[in-house]
Amino acid sequence: MSLKDYPLLSDWLTLKDGRLYVRTGKVDIGQRISTALVGIVRQELTLPSDAIEVETVRTDRSPDEGMTSGSNSIEQSGYALRLAAATLRKAATNMALARIGGRPEDLRLEDGAFQAPGSNLPLSILDLAVEVDFRQPVDESAPLMPQTDGVGFPMRGLTELVRGTYRFLHDLDVPNMLHARVPRPPHARAWLEDVDTKTVEALESSGIKVIRDGSFLAVAGPREWPVIRAAQRLSGACRWNVTESLPEGDVFNLLTRENATRLAVIDGSPRTDAPVPEPLRVVDVCARYERPFTMHGALGPSAAMAVWDGTKLEITSHSQGIYILRESIAESLDLAPENVVISYMPGSGCYGHNGADDAAYEAALLAMVLQGSPVLLKWTRDDEHAWEPYGPASAVELSAKLGTDGRLAAFSAEAIGGTFRGRPRSGPDRAGPAKLLANHYREASVGPQPGAPNMNRQGGLHRNLNPIYDIPETRFVKSLVTQMPLRTSALRCLGAALNVFGIESFIDEIAQLSGQDAFDYRRFHLTDPRALSLLDRLEAALSRHPKAEGCGRGIAYGQYKNAMTRVAVAVDLTVNDAAEIKLQTAWIAADAGRIVDRDGLIAQLEGGFLQAASWALHEAVTWDRDGVTSRDWDSYRVLRFPEVPAIHTDLIERPGDPSVGAGEASPGPTLAAIANAVYDATGLRMRRLPFTPDALTAAALAT
Amino acid sequence: MSLTLRINGEDCVIASDPETPLLFVLRDELKLKGAKLGCGLEQCGACAVLVDGEATLSCVAPAATFEGREIVTVEGVADIAEGRRVQDAFVAANAAQCGYCTSGLVVAATALALVGRPVSREEAKAALEPHLCRCGAHPRVLEAVEIATSTP
Ligand code: FES
Ligand code: FES
Repeated sequence: MSLKDYPLLSDWLTLKDGRLYVRTGKVDIGQRISTALVGIVRQELTLPSDAIEVETVRTDRSPDEGMTSGSNSIEQSGYALRLAAATLRKAATNMALARIGGRPEDLRLEDGAFQAPGSNLPLSILDLAVEVDFRQPVDESAPLMPQTDGVGFPMRGLTELVRGTYRFLHDLDVPNMLHARVPRPPHARAWLEDVDTKTVEALESSGIKVIRDGSFLAVAGPREWPVIRAAQRLSGACRWNVTESLPEGDVFNLLTRENATRLAVIDGSPRTDAPVPEPLRVVDVCARYERPFTMHGALGPSAAMAVWDGTKLEITSHSQGIYILRESIAESLDLAPENVVISYMPGSGCYGHNGADDAAYEAALLAMVLQGSPVLLKWTRDDEHAWEPYGPASAVELSAKLGTDGRLAAFSAEAIGGTFRGRPRSGPDRAGPAKLLANHYREASVGPQPGAPNMNRQGGLHRNLNPIYDIPETRFVKSLVTQMPLRTSALRCLGAALNVFGIESFIDEIAQLSGQDAFDYRRFHLTDPRALSLLDRLEAALSRHPKAEGCGRGIAYGQYKNAMTRVAVAVDLTVNDAAEIKLQTAWIAADAGRIVDRDGLIAQLEGGFLQAASWALHEAVTWDRDGVTSRDWDSYRVLRFPEVPAIHTDLIERPGDPSVGAGEASPGPTLAAIANAVYDATGLRMRRLPFTPDALTAAALAT
Repeated sequence: MSLTLRINGEDCVIASDPETPLLFVLRDELKLKGAKLGCGLEQCGACAVLVDGEATLSCVAPAATFEGREIVTVEGVADIAEGRRVQDAFVAANAAQCGYCTSGLVVAATALALVGRPVSREEAKAALEPHLCRCGAHPRVLEAVEIATSTP
């Protein structure tokens, strides 16, 4: 897709001051994409990594590759860059031959220089590149270098990180810069009645700017701490109208077919042209699995910088989708899109659509008022916990009919939940602006709108809804509930986390019921040789580590989007007297095709495991009628160091197969492996996340 | 009377209100951006600095309370032999993903290395309890601590 829209060599690579710059529309959100992309270019050109730089991603210059999400960056940007680098090598080879003569097969390319036999003059590829016409099209048939597997690339930026000199967006500090904070309403349905003018005057006389637009309030000033204090004071001086309150009650009661728009899912895609299938006529086993609202919970709260010069709005953002964000900000402010430029600068890892886009728009609003001053807006921890768009509460209902041999004869899955589509993508009825938080509160407000269902194959709630197993008769339904109490958007894995958790727990339950081994039962339903060899590897690893006394052991398998990285996970854990789960050891076996960045791949798989472990053990957004109540790291608990198990990761090398993304492949199987291990340890089937001590105790009392 | 703080081996005269939490004095006045703002609530560890050799959160306690103490930020860690070892170990173990937690962890690991004996994995986990990493770089961080505290 990327190469079709951006066919020229100069769309992907440029030369500046003797260094090669990689152009990509993909941004480094902590998944180390730039390390992998530089690695690919390095391999093609045999250059040292310090000869290659990654250009800042900017909406007015970089290829628009859409979102950096869904683990597809290596396939898209990586493929285009590999061919671009190969095109450059081919052009440079011709130039080298023109200079020194000889046959192409006699030229050796090593350490970025051509060496001809009998000549001791190496010709540097970067020197030759100066004369290459970068406006030529990328040659899709350019020969590729033999691909060495899994070379470890040094992680870009790591040296600066450990020295404290790496710059995040949050660290920007430019002349005349103003820091800003936004005092927020108590909850999403409150609005500002008035602000005590005395307080505003006092703040303004101390050099703080107070900005108000409807119920959107902000303070700005030259020093950060006084601005934080001013925001706190201003909060205390606001009178909010709270006649409306947040809907209370058990969100899982809302997740029913009656409340939902239902669609048949066929071959992984929702369909409006097919009737919603009838339930299975005979059901032997059924179960429902549930997940609460879940935060992205970036370690660094969202931030953005913006400056307005009267014509042009320049924004620096850590959004995953700076192109669609630009459209929606331009539309919200009635600006021509070309007068809004967004550059990417790293924030902390985000795991989906968090507050980044909202912060960018809020900074823009302030910049428009404070013309000429760069405004660095930071969300507070409280803002991030209470106002980011969460991963939606959802449920998946599974039922199965078993054959006489105990195998799955028929299977049904229905995913019921809120939307993952909260990104500010423009569309009819100001759909883009409606997704930017501040627009709900401005004088000229654009209210939240219920989003349309994601109809993409393996998108949204229905991602991994169809099991990877061979089952004769299946039916799948996606049920989108639009009336939800809290704002939601894309969170790592989308529906795959809950669906794989559900399916892999369910398979385990059925295997158990029919007295079969967890590995064997899965194998019965698998023909994919790569899946089978992963299960074999995992089983072999486990056989070398007999389960310790008192431990529960669980396994799970999944292939992300049924097409990408295959992951098998095993977990050993104990449950103590206080009903706390203690993860002891984990095994991850994965097949991601050809390995581009081995260490990065392991980091992604282990990072996914640990995030899912945090979801499984702790994470749930809580609220009452007066607002969100999980507003810090005590009330919204996450995994901490003492809870981290030993993890053994085993990668299967597939040099001949395409590389597929792995950033979202391990969480689903991890959730199920933990649940299955809890069952093994306690006999309790935990079907709702998270498995807190209270939840375990309640489950034990209910049996 | 103005406040003087000893930071990375130098005496710094502080112009900010002494009630300002140390983190904001470091980042905003002294432009030492290494320590990060993660929560401002002493819950996440992103803002840790060494105070008399101990990893200490800087986002809440007023700058004035650090008078007379030896403050070392992540920028100054390389001036300590143990700190350099920790930095090298983090690089060797690729102990970061997004890296927002890294400076706090480098500081905490340096405090551990300063103890001057091998640190078991369980001890390291307990010592790093105040630090969150949302990307799941924990195993590598633990490996880095192991490398840094085992080699003399
Ligand atoms: S910023 Fe200090 S502990 Fe989080
Ligand atoms: S590496 Fe991202 S928070 Fe630790």
